[in-house]
Amino acid sequence: MYSEKVMDHFQNPRNVGEIDGASGVGTVGNAKCGDIMRIYFDIDDNQVIQDVKFKTFGCGAAVATSSMATELVKGKTIYEALEVTNKAVMEALDGLPPVKVHCSLLAEEAIHAALWDYAEKNHIKIEGLDKPKSDIGEEEIEEEY
Amino acid sequence: MDQKVIYLDHAATTAARPEVVEAMLPYFTEHFGNPSSIYSIAAANKKVITDVRERIGQSLHAPAQDIYFTAGGTESDNWALKATAEAYEKKGKHIITSKIEHHAILHTCEYLAKKGFEITYLDVDENGIVKLDQLKAAIRPDTILISIMFANNEIGTIEPIEEIGAIAKEHGILFHTDAVQAYGQLPIDVEKLHIDMLSASGHKLMGPKGIGFLYIRKGLKLRSFIHGGAQERSRRAGTENVTGIVGLGKAVEVAMETMEERREKETFMRDHLIDRILKEIPYARLNGDRNRRLPNNVNISFQFIEGESLLIMLDMKGICASSGSACTSGSLDPSHVLLAIGLPHEIAHGSLRLTLGDENTMEEMDYVVEQLKEIVEKLRNMSPLYEDFIKHSK
Repeated sequence: MYSEKVMDHFQNPRNVGEIDGASGVGTVGNAKCGDIMRIYFDIDDNQVIQDVKFKTFGCGAAVATSSMATELVKGKTIYEALEVTNKAVMEALDGLPPVKVHCSLLAEEAIHAALWDYAEKNHIKIEGLDKPKSDIGEEEIEEEY
Repeated sequence: MDQKVIYLDHAATTAARPEVVEAMLPYFTEHFGNPSSIYSIAAANKKVITDVRERIGQSLHAPAQDIYFTAGGTESDNWALKATAEAYEKKGKHIITSKIEHHAILHTCEYLAKKGFEITYLDVDENGIVKLDQLKAAIRPDTILISIMFANNEIGTIEPIEEIGAIAKEHGILFHTDAVQAYGQLPIDVEKLHIDMLSASGHKLMGPKGIGFLYIRKGLKLRSFIHGGAQERSRRAGTENVTGIVGLGKAVEVAMETMEERREKETFMRDHLIDRILKEIPYARLNGDRNRRLPNNVNISFQFIEGESLLIMLDMKGICASSGSACTSGSLDPSHVLLAIGLPHEIAHGSLRLTLGDENTMEEMDYVVEQLKEIVEKLRNMSPLYEDFIKHSK
């Protein structure tokens, strides 16, 4: 059901982890639906993403799309990262089954949520960035338990 | 890289026993005749159908004539519900079932609801047992049918069938049970349990796919569901699936002979598996009743992780299992059974079902526990839910 690339990124996910004192953190998704993604950015003064980490609760496609999304934004400027769409993530993974397309959307939104957090922390406005609909604060996740 | 496969999804389907396949083979070629034909080469086919019917009747303590062959559990469920609805709608249009039935029952009930029938879906307790008080309270003068599964396919809970049968009988209501998971695993006596209709399937008991039966108590007015020739006493048309019937017969024969020893062996392996997982993996919970449980069913939720990821990782270790997560159900919601026993969505997503069979071994159980420990830990280390849980519990 999954492409070889999806399986590779699921079995050997790139950039799993956390970043202490991250420049931006974004968490998107919904535990009810079975998908939550969190992306951490370390962004330098030139607005370049120096490091990126992720954690994901979800299916094989959710893990693989998170992993691929982190690969695609690493070393990019925040504006370049904004250009990384769900389509780009899907293409890089050689496609996803139709029922899993929403996972790639979540990956795009996780990037946007982390960028939004970065912008808020630094009191800047990133042109073309909206707050993702599925953005959730930590408090909301906590309530689930 | 040849890896041994450990098959732990016997509730989904089973491999046919070698003796089942062997019994079937001559009926594809040598004994190919149509059982309805007059010539002598077809006689063997007619006889073998009678023999299998008798064997199944005996296994249920029912007359052979009350057994009707179908294409499987789903057809049997559809037939029982739709034909009862049609035959008894003058008496009433109310049907009682439970929230944890198989979709073959639930979706048929939804269909009947569109046709003007009223369906009551009984709640279950936290272990998946139907609430008898609620059942009694739900009965109305226009209730024509109670359909409650014998044992649940996901969590293995065995329902209080004898009590339900007695309640149905007392109120003069027909009682159907979907026994697809229970038949061949548990002794069933349709007289003692007051069962009026019972569905079963061949491929769950190491028989072939595409064959099953419906037991219909004599005297019920159920009409044909499939129209055509006069097969199955004009109640189920179509040339008999002779090979399937022969395979089913062999599977039933072996299942009945070995039931006790299999029950003992599988219960032992099941309990070992459950005990080790609950003891060695934190934040895991058993779903379903600890004791009123099918001998071969293990269903456990692991907090903070998602079922499909777990299944893929188990598959890479050669272990075949299933889950009630949304990703495996084809919708956004996790299993209706897990939600009905009160699990929060995110815990239902992290469920794992392991259903054992005859050929499994204790070594395999231990291997599965060792693999599970590693996989669950790996997935938790990747999980933002676990990260938050650890941070907040510090």
